[in-house]
Amino acid sequence: MAIKDKTTIKHYVRRDVLRLGGGVALSAPFVGRAWAQTTEINMLAWYGHGEPDMVGAFEEANNVKFVPKYYAGGDNMLALIAQSPPGTYDIILSDGEFVQQLNAAGYIEELDANDYPFDDMLHEDFTKFPGHWEGDTLYSMILRGGHLGVSYNTTAMSAEEAASYEGFWKPELAGKVGHFDWHLPSLGMMSLKNGNGAGLWDLTDDQWQAVQDVTMTLRPQVGGFFDYGGTFNSLKNGEMLAMCGIGDWITGVLERDGAPVASVIPKEGGIQFTESYCIGKNSSKADLVKSFIQYMMSPEGQVKSAQMLAYPGFCVTKAGRALLQEVDPAEAKRSHQMDGMPNDPIALINEGRIHYRDIPKQQTLEDWNDFWSEYKNA
Amino acid sequence: MNIVNRRLDLYALTWRLPIILWQLVFFVGPVVFMVAMSFFVVRNYRMMEAFEFANWERMLTRGFFWDSYWYTLFVASLSATIAMCVAFPAAWALAFRASESVRRWAIFLLVIPFFTSYLVRTFSWYVILAESGVLNAMLGYIGLGPFRMLNTHFGTIVGYLTLTLPLVVILQTVSMANIDKTLVEAARNLGCKPLATIWRVVLPLSKTGFIVAALFCFILAFGDFVAPFYLGGSQEPTLPILILDTTKSGQQWPRAAVVAIMMMLTLFTIAFTAIALAYRKPKGARA
Repeated sequence: MAIKDKTTIKHYVRRDVLRLGGGVALSAPFVGRAWAQTTEINMLAWYGHGEPDMVGAFEEANNVKFVPKYYAGGDNMLALIAQSPPGTYDIILSDGEFVQQLNAAGYIEELDANDYPFDDMLHEDFTKFPGHWEGDTLYSMILRGGHLGVSYNTTAMSAEEAASYEGFWKPELAGKVGHFDWHLPSLGMMSLKNGNGAGLWDLTDDQWQAVQDVTMTLRPQVGGFFDYGGTFNSLKNGEMLAMCGIGDWITGVLERDGAPVASVIPKEGGIQFTESYCIGKNSSKADLVKSFIQYMMSPEGQVKSAQMLAYPGFCVTKAGRALLQEVDPAEAKRSHQMDGMPNDPIALINEGRIHYRDIPKQQTLEDWNDFWSEYKNA
Repeated sequence: MNIVNRRLDLYALTWRLPIILWQLVFFVGPVVFMVAMSFFVVRNYRMMEAFEFANWERMLTRGFFWDSYWYTLFVASLSATIAMCVAFPAAWALAFRASESVRRWAIFLLVIPFFTSYLVRTFSWYVILAESGVLNAMLGYIGLGPFRMLNTHFGTIVGYLTLTLPLVVILQTVSMANIDKTLVEAARNLGCKPLATIWRVVLPLSKTGFIVAALFCFILAFGDFVAPFYLGGSQEPTLPILILDTTKSGQQWPRAAVVAIMMMLTLFTIAFTAIALAYRKPKGARA
């Protein structure tokens, strides 16, 4: 009986395997065709831009799949493109200041300005954003921005103290001031503190020396240098009470969770990071990418960008901002994206308090980085 | 006889060849490339083949490089010293006091931390060392603190010990467990005090294992990026952090290669010195 049972089981398994194998073999062409219909779009971007909260709806509607490759920092992005064969990336999310270099190196395609809502921009600067155009030819579409200033724990610093970069030197904050570990925003802020205003990136030797000197005086206050995760943690657990080099893109995420942190643009001015889409040179999916950029520039896409889970950014179109106020008034209010609110990002630009992030004009990036290493070692 | 020897050599070579090939492809090759890369130049974020000494000159003449170098050397040595001292009582107890079964279980338990990612273990220290963390809460009950432990040299050392301490305890235990216990007993019977027994009998007999343990600890700490970055707050930056900083700005991989080569030269020098010391015969020993 046992033997019979065993045999039965063996036959059953064999038959089952055959049936299953046959089924798979017969259905394989259809499965293959179904898979083939899903087009992969290779994306090079900062973390978060290729996640489901940003691209999920577009993927579903267009049967595409984004394959993101994340970078940290514009030079990292340039290096990744330089080391890849042409056409590797279909869509590139670039920091605004690096678009010009992408274009100069021939890494991106021309765009047709008529495809995008330039008549709906919240600020005139966004229609002809520096570096995004060469003459009348468009190379990159501005998606969103964010402002960097003084980020602080509201239980340790008052709004008045945070209204100036001087606040970082508050004696009670000794050892409690952190730096986002990237020289560009932190040294840019020190340049603003020194009164360089709109010329914060275009420093003469004397001005550059003065920026280094004032930065060095901050060193005793500094409790650490952090990456994204470290910055996030140290502000959340109260290890750091103020942070230089960041803005609402980090404190906004913590604020949504109820942490007592905030970011303000101090009286000396703030820095804007700008994120823009480009179509990779020789991309075979340029039309699909164009559709995606149009989708992200639509009111719905702009709201998705403002609500992005990884880090928020403000809308650049009027319709996007209006929809955000309608569907998520709490986020619109938290991020000051309402007319008449203090620190409304557009009002700050109009007041001349915001300077677009750039790279050093009279020094090299390596000069700034060398000083940054010296500073960290001091 | 010669034919037999040749056959034996071929047999041995067959078994040795994979590791030789592995080392050639994954160690010698990359090292040669790294040395060559240190003479390359970067233009427009693209590395170009060249033979220029500019990277060496730039890095070795910068004060911050040497600050990082000496700091890394110091903190890795300190961590090796602390690990050796902290591990010794536990290893002693496991080698001389514990039963065979307890020792086996203890070694198994010491291996368990390696089942979890080092990064995860490092991040778990946040909960313990933060100013609002477990340790400060406990100290608060006896009226102490809060103390700042994260983003300090102390944090860095804690991270290094997380990485190295279990390994050091295992290596020390194994080397002391192999000592002929009758020699220790003889020393005690002849009136040798406990500390003198350790110094004059145990340590000389387990010298090789101890030096290897300290060397492993030093090597792991010297090249570690995670502890000084996440628990030390990147201040001061160690050489691995300097490598990251150098590559981040301007994609200066050739300059980062200079730092990496300096690290390797240092490790080779220290490792060969340590191994020579470990296998050096004591004066008066018979050949």
